[in-house]
Amino acid sequence: MSVVLFKAILIIIIFLISLTVAAYSTYAERKIAAFLQDRIGPDRAGPFGLLQPVADGVKMFLKEEIIPTVSDKLLFIAGPSIFMLTALMTSAVIPWGKPLEIGGKLYALQVADINIGILYVLGVVSLGVYGIMIGGWASNNKYALLGAIRASSQMISYELAMGMSVISILLMTDGSLSLNAIVDSQKGMNWNVFYQPVAFIVFLVCAFAETNRTPFDLAESESELIGGFHTEYSSMKLGLYLFGEYINMFISSAIIACLFFGGYNFPGIDYLGTILPRNIVSIISVGVLFGKIFFFIFFFMWVRWTIPRFRYDQLMRLGWQVLMPIAIINVLVTGAILTFFGN
Amino acid sequence: MNSQVIFLLLAAISILSALFVVFSKNPIYSVLWLIVCFFSIAGHYVMLNAQFLAIVHIIVYTGAIMVLMLFTVMLLNLNKASEPHKSIIYKGTAVVTGGMLMLVLLAAMRSTELSTYSVPAATEAGFVQNVGMKLFTDFLLPFEMTSVLFIAAMIGAAVLAKKEVH
Amino acid sequence: MQLTNRSKVVTKPEMTFVERLYLPAIVSGLAITIKHLFKKKATLKYPEVTREFAPVYRGMHVLKRDEAGRENCTACGLCAVSCPAEAITMDAAERQKGEEHLYREEKYAAKYEINMLRCIYCGLCEEACPKDAIYLTDRLVPSEFTRGEFVYGKDILVEKIDDRVDISKRKTSYTI
Repeated sequence: MSVVLFKAILIIIIFLISLTVAAYSTYAERKIAAFLQDRIGPDRAGPFGLLQPVADGVKMFLKEEIIPTVSDKLLFIAGPSIFMLTALMTSAVIPWGKPLEIGGKLYALQVADINIGILYVLGVVSLGVYGIMIGGWASNNKYALLGAIRASSQMISYELAMGMSVISILLMTDGSLSLNAIVDSQKGMNWNVFYQPVAFIVFLVCAFAETNRTPFDLAESESELIGGFHTEYSSMKLGLYLFGEYINMFISSAIIACLFFGGYNFPGIDYLGTILPRNIVSIISVGVLFGKIFFFIFFFMWVRWTIPRFRYDQLMRLGWQVLMPIAIINVLVTGAILTFFGN
Repeated sequence: MNSQVIFLLLAAISILSALFVVFSKNPIYSVLWLIVCFFSIAGHYVMLNAQFLAIVHIIVYTGAIMVLMLFTVMLLNLNKASEPHKSIIYKGTAVVTGGMLMLVLLAAMRSTELSTYSVPAATEAGFVQNVGMKLFTDFLLPFEMTSVLFIAAMIGAAVLAKKEVH
Repeated sequence: MQLTNRSKVVTKPEMTFVERLYLPAIVSGLAITIKHLFKKKATLKYPEVTREFAPVYRGMHVLKRDEAGRENCTACGLCAVSCPAEAITMDAAERQKGEEHLYREEKYAAKYEINMLRCIYCGLCEEACPKDAIYLTDRLVPSEFTRGEFVYGKDILVEKIDDRVDISKRKTSYTI
């Protein structure tokens, strides 16, 4: 099997997994919301309501599609497309597990091991804002525009602190920007979260802000802005926005797991490697990574039903005057410790 | 051969999108075409094996600066009706200055020698480690100066944003 | 001037550093929400499981028959008069020869309609009825797609001969 063929299959599998996870995240969101509020949640479509995402998808497709006459039609369609595109693009650099061995050759479970992996993630995340801005502007609606402006300024503000908190991780891993190298350096239980708890908290808060999840969902804030940037959207174009958000959540969970929780590493991975065939260990490692991802998706939802939304000035103050300085000081302290005390 | 095709494609995209930036009537479209242009330039960086520069170019220019630009243009409410009428003198000055710029460019182009495209050698000069090494050895002073400048600008912004306490 | 000695001075003490971090507060909030994940759910899966009703619950009406299966209602109109929502209308008719097994009294309601959208389920019709003909039961009015379907006629209201509606609980618990 050639490498190209393997990569093509891998891309398709990751694509399908992302979409499935996103679809079932909508179901999980409703279920978890219900459980946290002492309710049962959707349970009518299929056993335990497991077919609910299918029903939701069919509903989305069958809804009437409205393009406002005063909107900019081309950009109105481009907005959700760009949002979905950027949401799906990030998964290219995530190492999903230990390499598989097929026919005596090793195949990395990663679409592209580029040496600027984490910067690629930050770059694509910074592009995600275009989908929101273009969609919000093209709607020609003041609420949509307000939502778009809120979303973009929020994302720009939190990107900085996010990047800063990542730098301290990079200092720990001998300056390699490749996600693969970062994950490899956290063998066993040697997870970055134990060495960099401050960076982890800053990154986590920024991830919430970047994915527009509560308590940072000011871009949508149904109660004030009637849905924010997607006020004018209907049918599957709205579906793409909602779906893209869940994919963002999935990907950011994966990145948190890779950066701070050892990615596919788990304690005893080396010992298992000596007693089990290589491919079995690879599959277990993929399972471990997905376990971590699902925990963080759950955490995202758990926080949503715990913490109320911020006010906009509080959001900006948190981003610029709290998280930024903390992240910079963290970088300085990490650098100083590494310089004076070695590893 | 293959990379030459990609180069030509990227070059065509950059030039065309740059032209669209100038020629589109709607300023929003101008900004969006500029983003496309920046992307193709990032592609050129990748072709030159400068992945770090490419991604930084995307993060800084398309990810941050163009968002702010788009922001401003969106808030300006640029309609055809609100466009101020430009007098003939302005137009004349614009034509003269533009023509002079073209003259300079033409003169500069005349003296350059057009060389055929050659695939750049697969150097690792554009990789993060090498760029970092260069910055912290050969260009240490300018690098530190710019970073101090940026820190000053950032602190300045934070101070401006801070509420005045009476 | 102090009128009572119960007044309190409101203080807003400066938050300590730990409080200003907000993290302990967030963690305790998360602990509260996660506790609810394992609590007993309050939801009843309605069509399969129904909530237990009080014995005096006032739901959908029933027009009773007597032991011999004859309709009790004599179309006196007292229920319609007492109804504060004016939900009840009826047409009276005289019992013909050979209909004695159908109607208990000499006069009966040829048409008897209750508009369930107007009805406020107060139970005054039941109190007004001198013939023990109308009762409110613990059955619920099902949802419909059009307003017209909520006007219930005799075909729905009168209990079936072989499927009697038990109203004994209402009768006993009603006496003051």
